[in-house]
This record gives sequence, structure tokens and C-alpha cells, in this order.
Amino acid sequence: MSTDESRIRIVWVYPDLLSTYGDRGNVLILARRAEQRRLPVETMEVRSDQPVPRSADIYLIGGGEDGPQALAAQRLAADGTLRASAESGSVIFAICAGYQLLGHSFFAKGVQCPGLGLLDLHSDRGPTRAVGELAGDIDPRLGLPPLSGFENHGGRTHLGRGVNPLARVTTGVGNDGTTEGAWFGKTLGTYSHGPALARNPALADLLLRWAIGADRLPPLDDTWPDRLRAERRAAVAAPAGRP
Amino acid sequence: MTGRRRSAQAGAGRASGTLAVVPDAKLPLRAKVASQVSRTAAALSRAAGRGDGSVIGGWIGLKIDPDLLKHLATGRQVALVSGTNGKTTTTRLTAAAVGVLGDVATNSFGANMPSGHTSALAKAGATPYAVLEVDEHYLPQVLAATDPRAVALLNLSRDQLDRAKEVAMMAQLWRTTLANHPKVAVVANADDPMVVWAAVASPSVTWFSAGQRWHDDSWVCPECGSHIERAENQWWCTGCPLRRPEPQWVVEDDGVLDPLGHWHKVTLQLPGSVNIGNAATALAVAAQFGVRPIDAVPRLARVTSIAGRYAQVQRDGRIVRLLLAKNPASWLEAFDMAERAPTLLSINARDPDGRDTSWLYDVDFSPLADGRPVLITGDRAYDLAVRLEVNRVPFRHVTSFEDAVAAIPPGRLEVIANYSAFQDIRAELNRVN
Repeated sequence: MSTDESRIRIVWVYPDLLSTYGDRGNVLILARRAEQRRLPVETMEVRSDQPVPRSADIYLIGGGEDGPQALAAQRLAADGTLRASAESGSVIFAICAGYQLLGHSFFAKGVQCPGLGLLDLHSDRGPTRAVGELAGDIDPRLGLPPLSGFENHGGRTHLGRGVNPLARVTTGVGNDGTTEGAWFGKTLGTYSHGPALARNPALADLLLRWAIGADRLPPLDDTWPDRLRAERRAAVAAPAGRP
Repeated sequence: MTGRRRSAQAGAGRASGTLAVVPDAKLPLRAKVASQVSRTAAALSRAAGRGDGSVIGGWIGLKIDPDLLKHLATGRQVALVSGTNGKTTTTRLTAAAVGVLGDVATNSFGANMPSGHTSALAKAGATPYAVLEVDEHYLPQVLAATDPRAVALLNLSRDQLDRAKEVAMMAQLWRTTLANHPKVAVVANADDPMVVWAAVASPSVTWFSAGQRWHDDSWVCPECGSHIERAENQWWCTGCPLRRPEPQWVVEDDGVLDPLGHWHKVTLQLPGSVNIGNAATALAVAAQFGVRPIDAVPRLARVTSIAGRYAQVQRDGRIVRLLLAKNPASWLEAFDMAERAPTLLSINARDPDGRDTSWLYDVDFSPLADGRPVLITGDRAYDLAVRLEVNRVPFRHVTSFEDAVAAIPPGRLEVIANYSAFQDIRAELNRVN
């Protein structure tokens, strides 16, 4: 829980290294959806040469290229805060390269690199790059509508017994063509890259609920996100929907 | 002034007779046939209303003679212009500036791959000069084929990342290419760390400073991985000697300071401070050919719209102005150029745009939240709707360009659109140039 109980503290981890595809969107969307419920929020960006602040409510980790990904994993391991915070109940939401580095190991710049081991999974290189729409049915225990996103990654991720798949893939590749993403406790990772929460407002609300320990939040007017989701659903259903 | 001296240097650096252009008659037979077929195909494409005809002709020509571009470039003095943003405009401005010396062949429709270059040179016939816009991925091939006198490097930023090379890889590609062509005079942007890192591989660099609004692709040093600091117009790596070089050509107010310290007022018909920067680049490139800024500046003022960019069109009592914004950096520039007037934003995500709309969150749309009516349209208008809602920019969704025009009172309408959305609207306006 946060040191200042009156605010939800959101920390964007290493945007200087891990922010290739509009990752800032997730920070903006969480903050906006909290503010619309009159929940005070504080957002912070932490650069890779700065210490990661302790006990934030939500940590966000974005996507990135091989080199920055390996460097980020190294610095986060040396920093140690993320692990301690996860153990004390902070929420971690990680995208793509950020998701991979939460596992035991990942493949970057031609070698297998050690990850943070916060999620029981490891990643290697797939036969082809997965680029395109990504959709799937989310683990029913999370009570969310289907995942909708765009993926762009060369890795494949293999889940251990200590994590749950976030979703069963209906379109695209995700982890391996069958499952997509992973979650354990309040740590959740996905290959739905960039501003993943823009197309998944219910997932954004789940992260906020986890952060404040609420079973539900007042509903918002989601007319535009709903239209976007419907339009994307129709696009992936159509035969020409994928490039 | 500098012109005479540079001209002499340039002459010494090249084999004599560079100005003698090889006319079609002197092309090898295969190239001659290819060149002729290329021109015919381009004309057919235009006649069929299929486009500007600036790609198909060159494509066919290169099929017949793979060395056609090289043959067509032989005997011309060539400048190449590359970078993520501003290359079409800078190419047009540079062609206008070099035009002081004589006829210039140029690919002014933004067809910036070898097929487009081939078409442009074939269509132009014999000219002593050529100024070509080059897609950043194709710089190595086009540099090898055209043996240019000068190459201008404008900037590198994220652009259609689901298919393009990422920024650091592109900088590396340029760096390797320039190291292999030490005789080419490089004219490079001192304000972009990625460009500087690529350009310092060349022994011959002239630096220009045109300012840079977009910094989000150059916080990490491409040389050593350390953090890059910025203060005022300076930048420097905190871990190695890479830092902003002292520029010789500098934008100052509404003009350009040349290497001799003379300030030239630049009056353009193109909007925004970003185009003063493009003009500075054009003057710096033209100087490599011996053109004096004082002679080139009046010619820059005659450049109007470019392949529809910045075009103004009357439609039902509205004055519609078209601004192209292809990526986050160019959106920021478009906001700088647009007047505070009703504004239509149009977004597609077709192949030429990149299929991914994530970049919308790399752009801060809040400059539009100043009370002006904002309309949205395009294939991916809903992505934009969600983005604007998060950015607290009020908007109205319309399903066509026609509806947008009908939705605003007579007067100005600013249109900002990404690539294919821009082309759609341009087609509605009868392919305005």
C-alpha cells in the first residue's frame, strides 16, 4: 500500500529504455479512469539511472528493443525494488519486452538473459515475428470481457505451473499461438503491446481495483472504447481483417 | 561570398565535364529502351487516373535494366535528401535553391524509392542537376547508384514501427553507409543525436540547426547507452563524448544564419517554423553546389504546396488546408502549423500507414483543446476518439470528409491526416497538388 494512503501512486518504470509503442497510454488511461471516479492519483516516471521508488500501488513496464530490454532487466535486478514491492502486494502490469523480463529468462541480442523471476515463465525466439491483431478469451476468474490488442514481437513465452495464462488466443499468436500473457497474484503481463489498456478498459479497472482493494468501481461512460472494441472485433472476424 | 569559393572547391573535387549531361542518345541501348518504356508507362498511369505515375514507370524501367537509375544519374550532380520527416518539402526547397544554377530533375511527388527516382530522372530528360528525396531505408542503394555530391540527413524518429526498422537500427544503417562513402558531402541536423551519431562516420559534415520538437527517440545514447541530457538547445551524452556539434547553418527568428554570419530573412508560402528549418537545410545543401543563399532565398518563396501538402482548396465556402502528419514528430509539427480554426483529424491504419495505431499515445493532442471545434474521421476514428477522450479534447465524429465540411461554418478548415487518409481527402479534392 502506498505511503500516502490518500493517493494511488502509479510508477512508469524506465520509459527511457522501455517505451517504443505509445506505452505512455497505459499511464494516461489509468490516471484518467481513476480521476473520473474521483480517486486521487499521482503518476511518476522513473528513468533507468534512478532508483525505483518503493511501495507504489501500480508499476507499469513497457515494451522495447533487445538492447534496452537486456539493460532494463539488469538494472531492475540490481535495484531490487520491484521484487520487494510485488511481494508486499503492489500491482505490476507489464507489456511485451517488459512482460518477458518478469520471467526467469528471455532471449535478446542472440543470448539467453536472466529475468527477474517474478513470473514463472521463460521466453525464447519464435520462428517468425508475430505482428498483427491479437484477441483472446480472458481467464474467467478475472471476470473480464475478451482481450483486444495488437502484437509485435519475435519472442515465444512458455508458462510454468506457477502462473495462469491471461487468455486463450482466438486471433494472433500471444505466448505460443494458444495462450496469451500471464498473471499471478497482482502481477500481470501481456503481448498486447503499447497502449493495451485503451482497448481493454475493463483490464484497466481491474488493475485499479487490485490497487485499492475494491471489488468494484462505479461504471464510466465507455461509449468510445466499446465502439473501438466492436470495430476491432469485426475487423478480425472479417476474412481480410488481418494483413 | 562563399558561393564562388565553394564552387571552385566543388569543381576541384570532381572529374571535369560533370556538367555535360549524358542525353538519352548516349545511354546504353538497354537503358535507352528502359527509359523510354518507363516514361510511357508513367504517362499511361496518369492517363488512366491511377496516380501520379511516379512509381509504375520507374518500376517497369528497372525491370528492363536494373542499372537504369545508375545510368540515368551519370553525368548529373546529385543531392539526396533523407530522414523521417520533412524530406518531401526539403527536397522541393532544395530543388528550388539549386535551380539557381540550371535545370534540376526531382521526384517531387514523394515517390522516394528507386522506382520513383528512376521515373523522375527518365521523365526529366537531360538536366545538369538532380535533387532526390530518398526513403531512409533505401539510402545505401540510392547513394551507391547515384554517386551524389551531397546528402542531407534531416532527422530520425519512430515511424510505422510494425514494419519499419527501429530508430537505432536505422541510425546504424546510415552510419555504415556514410563510412563507406567518405567523398560525399554530408549536411546533417546537429539537433538530432541519432543523426549526429550516424553523420560523424563521415569525414565531411556540414551541420545545420533547425530545432527539434520531438525528443522521445533520443534519450539513450546510440554510442554508449548512457542517458542524453538536454538544456536549452544543447544536448550531450552523460557517458561518452557524443554531444551536439556546433552548427554552421542556424535558424534564427524568421530567417537563417549562414556560415559567414550573414542572416537571411526567409519568406515562405509554407506554414510553421519547421519549414524555416527545412529552408535552412535547403540553403546548406545548395551551398555545396556553389549556390549563394542570397540568390536562393527568393526562389524558396515561390514554393507553394507539395503533392497536396499545405494545399489550400475552396469547398462550399470553406477554405480547406491540408496538413500531412505521418508519425508522432510530424503531428507535433502540424499542431504548430495549424491555425486556431475548426480542425478535422483523419486516421487510417492501412499498409502505407502501418497497421498499428499505438503511436496515437506518443502524441499529445492537448494543443487542440483550446476551444476550436475538432472533428474526427477515417478508418480508425474510434482509436482517435479514445485517445482524445483520455487527452480531454472534445470532438465530434463524422463519417466522411463531406460531412466534416458541412459540419462547420464557412471559413477555414484545417485538415490533419496521416498518409492514406491524406490521400483519400486529396482524391476528394481532385488530387490537389
